[in-house]
Amino acid sequence: MVTEKKTYRVLIAKPGLDGHDRGAKVIVRALRDAGFEVIYTGIRQTPEMIAEAALQEDVDAVGLSLLSGAHMTLFPQVAGLLKKKGMKGVLLFGGGIIPDEDVPALKKKGVHQVFGPGTPLSSIVGYLQENLPRARGK
Amino acid sequence: MRAGSKASAAALAQGVRAGDKRSLARALSLLIDEAPDADILIQKFFSDSGRAQKIGLSGPPGTGKSTLCGRLIAHFRGLGLRVGVLAVDPTSPLTGGAFLGDRLRVQEHVSDPGVFMRSLGSRGMVGGVSQTIFGAIHALEAAGFSKIIVETVGTGQDEVTIAKVADTVAYVTTPQLGDEIQAMKAGVMEIGDVFVVNKADLGGKDKAVSDLRSALALGRGPEKKPWEPPVVAVSAATGEGVPELGKILEDHWRHLMGSGEGRARRSAQHKEELSLYISRRLYRKALDRITDEDLERMLDHRSDPVAVARRILKPVRG
Repeated sequence: MVTEKKTYRVLIAKPGLDGHDRGAKVIVRALRDAGFEVIYTGIRQTPEMIAEAALQEDVDAVGLSLLSGAHMTLFPQVAGLLKKKGMKGVLLFGGGIIPDEDVPALKKKGVHQVFGPGTPLSSIVGYLQENLPRARGK
Repeated sequence: MRAGSKASAAALAQGVRAGDKRSLARALSLLIDEAPDADILIQKFFSDSGRAQKIGLSGPPGTGKSTLCGRLIAHFRGLGLRVGVLAVDPTSPLTGGAFLGDRLRVQEHVSDPGVFMRSLGSRGMVGGVSQTIFGAIHALEAAGFSKIIVETVGTGQDEVTIAKVADTVAYVTTPQLGDEIQAMKAGVMEIGDVFVVNKADLGGKDKAVSDLRSALALGRGPEKKPWEPPVVAVSAATGEGVPELGKILEDHWRHLMGSGEGRARRSAQHKEELSLYISRRLYRKALDRITDEDLERMLDHRSDPVAVARRILKPVRG
């Protein structure tokens, strides 16, 4: 009768020098309310700090929020470090002010999904709910 | 299949002992999720238990426990000690979700190889910690950390489980959180081995320290106890008072080691661990026995809660 669902853990991080964290906090709140355990790093994180936090927390997904325009540099660095630390099954997604034309390049460099401005919160929640069970089945 | 799983749990345990952070992180997940291999890990790790000082940081929400935790990490690292942190935040009873926000205050230490931090949701446990806290502690003990900080959820007046988990409890409060009458109440004020008045930079600290001291003094008999909980003013924001707190924590650890008290506390911890382990499993097994038919019978008033519960508990009671 009692079915205990696996609780997925998600790290939300803000890489780089951009201090605008309202968006990240909205995502944190939406994921919390959707039943995830959400860890937030705070602002001004280096890719190394983010990857190390993801490792120690053994999260199932990492979400990066960036509004400064440095996503082409910082997102792939996080992807590379996660891989280097042996976290292959981790879903990496990003959001912020990211032009559509950058998305294919980001995906090629290991970012699994990108959510641009105006994405409904339910799309992000739905994406994780759909993809996490598969990603963790590694 | 179980044999293979046993082998992989053994390999994981070996990785934890060797200081591999990825193995430790994975092991913690298995323990926290109560995966089938969790039992094997606990059995492998238990022989290392009791060597590290487990420091409980407890106190109301917003008193600065996490910031203080960051300061204590820096203090211990300055002494060359390796520090493990388990920080518990509340899980929503409504959605099962949680915002684990303690890491934010400690992030500057994240890349220090001598520090490891894990955030935990309380996952239905009332009392300030999580059901699986002991397993998580065992993993950090096996990984060789000599100081293990357990930060509780922001506590109310009677959430005192940390006293049965930690060797040394630092109860954190702030100025303006209440007068001597508050400090005389039962519950959390009984469990501190040291009382920390944090945010000493805000003013009002002297009054808070003296209120706490005089409330504690009311319970003092004619004979001096081997350990009387000191009260210390600290500012986690500026670092003021942190070395003093560090020294008190060390003194308490020496007191525990040098008296029978350390052994008595560990015995109480083992009892609490057993109680959590057993109640958790019995509870689950019992709930698994509730059938749809039981509920149907109750709906039709052909049975009642007592009769159903007794039938369910019978085989468990043995």
